Amino acid sequence: MNIQNKDADKQMMQDRVPELGLPSGGHYSVDHDPDDLWGDSRIIVNIGPTHPAMHGALRMVAKLNGETIEKSYCEFGYTHRAKEKLGENRTYHQFVVYTDRLNYCSALINNVTYAMSVERLMGVEVPERAVWIRMICAELARVIDHIICLGINAVDLGAFSFFLYGFHQREEAYSLIEKICGARLTTSYTRIGGLAADAPEGWEKQVKEWVKRTRKVIDEMDELLTGNKIWCQRTVGVGVMSQKFIHDYSVTGPSARAAGLNYDLRRDQPCMFYKDVEFDVPVGQNSDIFDRYLVRLEEIRQSLNIISQCCDRMKKGPIWSEDKRVRIPEKDVVHNTMEGLIHHFKFFMTGFEVPPGEAYTTFEAANGELGFYIVSKGGPAAHRMRIRGPSVYHFQTLSPLCEGGKIGDMVGILGSINIIAGELDR
Amino acid sequence: MDINTPVATIYGDLHEKQIERWKTQVSGLRERFGEKIEEVLFPREYPTDTPIVFVRADAICEVLEFLKNTPEFEYGYLSDLTATDEQEAPRFHVVYNLLARKTMTRIRLKVRVAEGESVPTAIGVWPAANWAEREVWDMFGVRFDGHPDLRRILMDVRWEGHPLRKDYPLRGYQFFPTPEPIDPSLLG
Repeated sequence: MNIQNKDADKQMMQDRVPELGLPSGGHYSVDHDPDDLWGDSRIIVNIGPTHPAMHGALRMVAKLNGETIEKSYCEFGYTHRAKEKLGENRTYHQFVVYTDRLNYCSALINNVTYAMSVERLMGVEVPERAVWIRMICAELARVIDHIICLGINAVDLGAFSFFLYGFHQREEAYSLIEKICGARLTTSYTRIGGLAADAPEGWEKQVKEWVKRTRKVIDEMDELLTGNKIWCQRTVGVGVMSQKFIHDYSVTGPSARAAGLNYDLRRDQPCMFYKDVEFDVPVGQNSDIFDRYLVRLEEIRQSLNIISQCCDRMKKGPIWSEDKRVRIPEKDVVHNTMEGLIHHFKFFMTGFEVPPGEAYTTFEAANGELGFYIVSKGGPAAHRMRIRGPSVYHFQTLSPLCEGGKIGDMVGILGSINIIAGELDR
Repeated sequence: MDINTPVATIYGDLHEKQIERWKTQVSGLRERFGEKIEEVLFPREYPTDTPIVFVRADAICEVLEFLKNTPEFEYGYLSDLTATDEQEAPRFHVVYNLLARKTMTRIRLKVRVAEGESVPTAIGVWPAANWAEREVWDMFGVRFDGHPDLRRILMDVRWEGHPLRKDYPLRGYQFFPTPEPIDPSLLG
């Protein structure tokens, strides 16, 4: 705003008060305010729900004083698809597809966690090969999610080529996922008690080759951005969360680790075969955007390590649990016997019974703690299907982190806590 | 097999040690709060993964504060706050899933709420409860006393009814031609 025309601007602002529906007096009055940098030109900026800087349909309404965000509030729910309600109205088998649409950047992690939580309620054990494949899938999804997060964060702050380096590897990872389940984004790969399909012959070899190539690319990406002066100036010391803040706001995952919290559910609460593989948990210090970037970059490397270990230890074997309750009947039995056909029909039309009980099953998703709190009262559908996505709790921190900062930093902070609208809105 | 059988590939974590810890913690809670702890459901006796402690609605903040700050408990993380519609009186259970990071122990607190009653807000203990409570209000219509900003969160402010109640229809659509208006009073 032109300072020389201060009076004219003041008058314009004053004239617009009734038009904007703003309360008269207070910040909108023309009375002198010593904190005011720009001559009473506080304005309300509505960022979103459809805005190139917002990740998905999110909305932030910010009151700006010059470039500084004085006060803001966030809104979401624009992509609300009633997943929790659907969870109570669909069978456990049917709900697998809905889990893809939570965090669509790492759909496989949601698939795996959901399958795990229902299996835990039923006490179903999954054979070894299926577990190794699930671990590879979860780590592939984590690498993809981190690459997207870092790439988009850099694009938002002006570094476009960094994004393209990562996206090539991401496309290749999607091709690997396509080979096991036929889909790239909405995978629906796991089933309760097993997997939709076995990995094809030689898949693990291709995965290992991809790991080798990706390691190189990650090193290149590291060199490209970590020492970059502009990147450092935009990210160091921006969006700092204290340890207390992290406990207060239930921040988990890379954002919590960037503040020095040595905490990873894969290591501290080992499920699947995570205690049999070696990996490090990277921990940051300053908890700014830069540290979150470094933690994610290192986590990609650790995930690649886990993937190559899993590929080495994976053996041939069954991918389905022997439990008759959850096992989808084989196609030749279905097509050739009456009992098989009835079984198939009952399985898909009415679903299988899950005994009464409740469990809150969590897994370290790419952004933080992903939990499914399932309450069963018997029957083929859940009584309550609560999805605890990390984004819900992370998005809550955006306003406190942004207030007092510049509006340009808001974009960087939003990218670094990696909000995915699908998971946020459910 | 049931939920309490350790399943190696899921969590092999329900050790005797953890059960012992829960037992001492629950007896500690009972000693400290007496009548205010209504009921405790234990794993192995009831199909659950962690103990479920039913707390009287008026004491929930005290209990949460105690669990958060007392050594030996240290449930420093509010993992999740949600509710369930039980379809019997009292109708709702407000559910608090807590995590002690040091020992990686989880515990679940529940508060029974009848329709029209309210629960004290947990924002004083964890600010993270803010949006979670708004969501419970939005979805179930359970009010939280002392909540500074109990607006709808996922649904539009103009929405009628509470979608996750069991008597709300699955296709209970409502349409609004315009987006939610900006509320300048929130920027005060």
